[in-house]
This record gives sequence, structure tokens and C-alpha cells, in this order.
Amino acid sequence: MGRVFLTVLHRDLQLAFRRRSDVWTTLSFFLVAASLFPLAVSPERDTLRGMAPGILWVAALLSSTLSLGRLFALDHADGTLEQLLLSPEPLSLIVLSKVVAHWLVSGLPLVLLSPLLALQYDLPTPAIAVLTGSLALGTPVLSLVGAIGAALTLGLQGGGVLVNLLVLPLLVPVLIFGAGSVVAHGSGQGLAAHFYLLAALLAFTLVVAPWAAAHSLKVSVG
Amino acid sequence: MSTTTWLRHRQPDGAAATRGLWRFASPPAAFRLAGQLRPWAIALAAVTAVIGLYVGLLVAPTDHQQGEAYRIIFVHVPAAWLSMVLYVAMAFWSAVGWVFNTRVSSLLARAIAPTGALFTFLALWTGALWGQPTWGTWWVWDARLTSELILLFLYLGVMALQSAIDDPLRGDRAGALLTLVGVVNVPVIYFSVQWWNTLHQGASVSFRSAPTMAAPMLAGMLLCTVALWAWAVAVVLQRLRTLILQREADAAWVRALLAPHQTGVAR
Repeated sequence: MGRVFLTVLHRDLQLAFRRRSDVWTTLSFFLVAASLFPLAVSPERDTLRGMAPGILWVAALLSSTLSLGRLFALDHADGTLEQLLLSPEPLSLIVLSKVVAHWLVSGLPLVLLSPLLALQYDLPTPAIAVLTGSLALGTPVLSLVGAIGAALTLGLQGGGVLVNLLVLPLLVPVLIFGAGSVVAHGSGQGLAAHFYLLAALLAFTLVVAPWAAAHSLKVSVG
Repeated sequence: MSTTTWLRHRQPDGAAATRGLWRFASPPAAFRLAGQLRPWAIALAAVTAVIGLYVGLLVAPTDHQQGEAYRIIFVHVPAAWLSMVLYVAMAFWSAVGWVFNTRVSSLLARAIAPTGALFTFLALWTGALWGQPTWGTWWVWDARLTSELILLFLYLGVMALQSAIDDPLRGDRAGALLTLVGVVNVPVIYFSVQWWNTLHQGASVSFRSAPTMAAPMLAGMLLCTVALWAWAVAVVLQRLRTLILQREADAAWVRALLAPHQTGVAR
């Protein structure tokens, strides 16, 4: 079972590595979207500092759902997905492996890039650390829940917009606890509660989402 | 196993051989049952709505804090209750349809979604109308308001997914799966929104600290709840009948049923 996981992971990472432009597009979207807010709202430092956690979290949310189309679509188009569905190995495991690859390619770069953007928003150093930590705990949840939406909308007309409508309401708790951790830390409440809740969400979706996404794939392809 | 396999087959004349509630898993039987229940639901809705609105608008005393504006609760509270009840009902029938492969259950889940979305919207709208004179604002990011808004998004998502999928069976199952994922998430959303709100600012108005109601107010509200509930049942049953006819358009019993109405356009 471990071998299937690693094989699919290796394959997906290799494919992403060969088509690097996709990765860059997601990252650039994150950068551009987050840079628009100071222009639209106010470049004043106090305002920016207050808005930063929310804006960076929303930008991360949007860019991660934007890249969901790639999760299964290419494999669906060339028939690989059908072969994966026929495999005797558990489908949830294959899905989990694809989700991990998706997170490594589209979630992890966001986490690594977020300190830079947080600096632009004039966040103090401890807050930057908290924000990066919350993104590191939260972005896997975005990929996991997103996989369900991506599997349900597989091959549909206008699926890219639809997947946002399906997934974003479900991700509200991640957004609240993720952005809330930075605010709570700033106001001296401590961040343990928020991080525990984010970790709980991660553990919960880690169990449920691959299974639900596997069933969605069977509905969409089978 | 045998139960689920025969349920999938078309049964031309309403599965007379099956007993108990399973009988209504057959589309013609469900179609007939829905047709029989619908007039009763409409009658119940009409009677309780008239009495409930009479009690609520004319008998119930004016609230000493909120004045006459409070009377919107006779629509608002039942609508808010139903918006949640209907989502759970939709999830229940989705689960039944998923497990037993009964088409009528999936159709029933489909039929519930627009009514649920309507009640969610009605709850938000009447809430805004009540909030303006009472709180002085149309909208606050209160825990209840926000989670109700997200509930509306969940309904819209399910409906959008169902209508985006052309293959009816795939649409049923995809919608069912999304509904079930949503129902798991609803408590999480509710508590996250509540904690988020209380962490930032104290809730300005809490429903829990509301004064105990006068008896006519409570009676009016319960009667209106029964009215809206019965109306929801009637509308859902009517929509179910339409969906069954649409889905079973090629079945012999539907053609026989519609034959007197469409002479000349026979298929």
C-alpha cells in the first residue's frame, strides 16, 4: 500500500515538475491578488497590519481552489484516471497521494511565500511566524476538501467556477481559525486554541476527504 | 443485496408485490402517494396559516420592547427552523438514495433543495427587515446570521451542481455526496462562526436572553410553523411528482397517464 502511495506521489510531482508554468501561475495569482488590496483599500500601515491575516488567507484560499482543476482533469482527459479506478489498490489512498502531491505543488509554495507578503503588510515578526504556521496547518485542508469538489465537477462545463461555489462555503471554518490565530496572537489571547482547532480540522478531513473524493470520482467517471 | 437490485428495475405497474414502506420506492407508487398527500398538506397549510396569522397579527399583544416590528417572527422563526430542517431532510433522503439506490429518494432530495434555499433566503430577508428597526442595521456578522448565509451557499452549491450535470443518475449521486459532506460540515461551520464572533466582540443581541413569550405569541408562532411546514411538504411533493414524470417519461405508466392529454403528440 505504501508503494502505491509513493508511486502516484512521485508520478504527480514529476508531471508537475515538467509543467512548471502551472505552479508559477498559482503562485503569481497569490502574489497579484494579495498586492491588490493595499491599492484598493489603503496603503496606511495600521490598516494593512489589521487586514493582513484575512487578506493573505483569502488569497491563499482562492489561489488554492483555482488550481484544483488540475488535480484530476489531466488524468481524466488522457484516461489515466480510469486506469487508477480499475486498480485493485484502495482508491482513497491513490486520491490521498494525489492530494499530497497537489499540496506540495500548490500549497507549500504559498506557505513559503507568505512571510514575504506579510512583510509587505508590515506584520511584526512573531505574527509572521504565526501566519506561516497557520497556513502550513490550513492549506492541506484546502487541498483535501478541494479534492471532493474537483472530483464532483470533473469534466463538467464551467466546472472551474462551479468548484469554487461548492468548496468555498465548506472552507469557512479553516479561514476563520487560520486568520483568527494571527488576530488572537496579536491581542494576547494565545494561539493554542486556534492551532488545535486547525489541527483537528486537518485530522478530520485527512480521514474523511480522501474517502469522499474517491466516491465522487466513482460517481463522475464510473 | 436482493432488495437493492430489484429496486433498480423499472416496475411497470407500481410493484404491487412489495409490502410496507418499500412499496413507495417505486416511482408510480410514490407519484400516487404524493398526489394523495398533497391536497391534505395544502389544506392544513391554509387553515393553520389563517389561524396563525390571525393570532399573530391581531390577537398577540404588542411587544413592550420592540413594538409592532416583532410580528415578523411569525414568518421569520418558522422559516429559519425549516431552512435547517429541510437541509437535514435533504441529507437524509440523499443518504437513503445513496445506500439503497432508490431513485425516488434521490428525486425527493432534489425536490427539497429549492424549497430549502427559499426558506433560507426568507429567513435572511425577514431577519434583515426585523433588524433594521430593532438593531438599527440590516445586517450584522452575528454567528446566527453568518451561518444561515453559509447554509444558503450550501443549498445553492448543491443546486448548481445538480443542474450542471446532464446525466440524471450522476447528478443524483453527486448532489447526494455534496449534501452529505455539507451536513457533516454544518455543525463545524456553526461553531466556528460562533467562536469567531465571540472571540472578536460580544454578540450585540442574543436570542437566548429573549424574554419569555406571551402565550398568544407562542401559539401564533407554532401555528405558523405548522403552516409553513405543511406548505413546504405540499410544494416538495408537487415538485417530486414533476421530477418523477420527467425522469420516467419513457415508462409505460407515464405514457398511459399522459395519453388523454396529448393525443397526436404520441411518442
